[in-house]
Amino acid sequence: MESFQFLLNGSATAATPINLLLSLIGVIIGTAVGVLPGIGPAMTVALLLPITYNLEPTGAIIMLAGIFYGGMYGGSTTSILLNTPGESSSVVTAIEGNLMAKGGRAAQALATAAVGSWVAGTIGTLLLAFFAPIVTRFAISLGAPEYFAVMLLAFIAVTAVLGSSRLRGFISLALGLTVGLVGLDSVSGQARLTFGIPQLGDGIDIVVVAVGIFALGEALWVAAHLRRQVAEVIPVGRPWMGKSDFKRSWKPWLRGTALGFPFGAIPAGGAEIPTFLSYITEKRLTKHPEEFGKGAIEGVAGPEAANNASAAGTMVPMLSLGLPTNATAAVMLAALVSYGIQPGPLLLQREGDLVWGLIASLFIGNTLLLILNLPLAPMWAKLLRIPRPYLYAGILFFASMGAYAVNGSSFDLILLLVFGLIGFGMRRFGLPVLPLIVAVILGPRVELQGRRALQLSSGDVKGLFGSVDVATGQFQLSALAIVVYVIIVLILLWPLIFKVIRKVLPAKAAAVIEEISEEPALAVAEHHHVEVTQTDEGPSRTENTETPK
Amino acid sequence: MSEAVAAAGDQPAARPARTRNRAEYGVCVFLALVGVVVLVDALQLSNNRTGVDPLGPKPVPVFVGSLLMVLAVALAVAVTRGSQGEAEAGEDIDLSQPVDIKTVLLLLGVFVANIVLIDFLGWVISGGLLFYGSAIVLGSRHFIRDLVISAALSLGTFYGFAIGLGVGLPAGILQGIL
Repeated sequence: MESFQFLLNGSATAATPINLLLSLIGVIIGTAVGVLPGIGPAMTVALLLPITYNLEPTGAIIMLAGIFYGGMYGGSTTSILLNTPGESSSVVTAIEGNLMAKGGRAAQALATAAVGSWVAGTIGTLLLAFFAPIVTRFAISLGAPEYFAVMLLAFIAVTAVLGSSRLRGFISLALGLTVGLVGLDSVSGQARLTFGIPQLGDGIDIVVVAVGIFALGEALWVAAHLRRQVAEVIPVGRPWMGKSDFKRSWKPWLRGTALGFPFGAIPAGGAEIPTFLSYITEKRLTKHPEEFGKGAIEGVAGPEAANNASAAGTMVPMLSLGLPTNATAAVMLAALVSYGIQPGPLLLQREGDLVWGLIASLFIGNTLLLILNLPLAPMWAKLLRIPRPYLYAGILFFASMGAYAVNGSSFDLILLLVFGLIGFGMRRFGLPVLPLIVAVILGPRVELQGRRALQLSSGDVKGLFGSVDVATGQFQLSALAIVVYVIIVLILLWPLIFKVIRKVLPAKAAAVIEEISEEPALAVAEHHHVEVTQTDEGPSRTENTETPK
Repeated sequence: MSEAVAAAGDQPAARPARTRNRAEYGVCVFLALVGVVVLVDALQLSNNRTGVDPLGPKPVPVFVGSLLMVLAVALAVAVTRGSQGEAEAGEDIDLSQPVDIKTVLLLLGVFVANIVLIDFLGWVISGGLLFYGSAIVLGSRHFIRDLVISAALSLGTFYGFAIGLGVGLPAGILQGIL
């Protein structure tokens, strides 16, 4: 019950008038920006970082939490009211949500999304408060070899499990590792990849990388393919739901939450898989199967709850291990670093007030969001009609402002341009952006931990697999490190294993796997013409990505 | 759209356009070049391994550089077998049209102008020009309205962020006037 005590203290931090105000501003701006088409939660946070630069860290992170939840909520509004979803996590919400909106039930779709987000966010944050200290205790017990292995797992999982092409994932990862190398080596002090440019000595600021890849890259990419006639926005009144809608929604909310949170909390879980799973589950369990494909409220309630619960789940590895498992978490970690806070297992001990203040503010922000957004939805819907030249000019404008403000130097604008071009190329050639940004953040830390592990073993490779017991002086293999390495190998060999399973398994079982894998893919492809990236390997990957405890 | 789903893996795609393939090979060349740069840079590091640092600063960049080279080759092989990157979709994106190179280049021009001018002209003028130029490049034809919005945005952000929140934005030649 220690969590409860900490949470109370955290509430005291988060509920000061100034922090409440920051949370409120964060929620409003976050929603307003997140609603804008083409701007997902990660870009919302990246673009709005400059607002927080001169706040003290606790206030800044509280505001960011508001921006984050606001951005998520805004994203689902967009996907329901426009006929093509932007970010992958709201693809599934968009399937039935947009159909409902077209059928004249936009108000109910928005309402079940809003209330579902609130339910999932609240339960998810409770779970976060419960698990963060436990995982931290586990994380502190990790030595350099184990921590090295766990971070390596995060890399491989984000790269090889998410996204459609592993090869392209690894290319993105390698580019990110390269960016992470730039600067003075933290151990020897030697300059790597600085080309004699003094500004590169401190390395490339992650904020600049994130803004370049997410904001500038996206704006350039859209500019290259700008839809000449703007997508049709479905008009909406004030969101509301009747008793029958509520009755049909509450179970999907809870099931979505149960699916979303664990997936968010494991490396490479993300929101895509649980939202798809939630969609399939609701489709199977519904009493109104005839409505699926025509706008079933369960198909909005479940995935939307899964999406939000997964976001809360993402906070567990982010706060307790310093591991970003999705793009938004990566940007938030970048923000923490820019406030001078070192993420990692010691975060909760060193910055307890900040972390608990953040967790408490997630409750507050989430509730503010519900209260605000039900009445404000028609206004947000108007934002969708913003002329596209202004929207993308605005992204360029705010991206430049943010990047300049990091160090007050126009050199960062040059870097921003470089990363904008890389981001453009990545979108053009189907390279996923998440591995790159995770590699930029984790790469240097993986190297440091690896070198530390080898230092403990005086350079012997076995230092990566265990350490010398201080008491006995004997070398001991670390069971955890080895389990993690085995999981990494399994993930890497998964396509092979999958082939073998297919051959060995009786045809019927294989058919079931096929069916489950393909169902959501087809559903999305039919209705929405968006890429489907998550389903080619089916549900069995779940067993693979579970973190060892 | 089912073909795009099929092409999601590194499988042969249904519509192998030759120019697209050439561009994919360009990615391979880019990766190989970055790999070479990383390797060359790594080789000039003096690897003084010490007890504190038995690995030294060299092996990791050597690994990353080699990885880039390997991936460049792997991608080249995959492309010859028909692998294609799947261009990213989105709300405002119409992938049925080819890349609008002119718009992109003009936008880049506006962006570079901002880089060159920002320290001298200051954020209000330079940022305003950035917005104004970008909006027009992106197809806005309300020249007066755009100008008003640009001015309002750049002044608003300057007063709000630089003066209100203490974010470091340059005043430039308007120093003392703003």
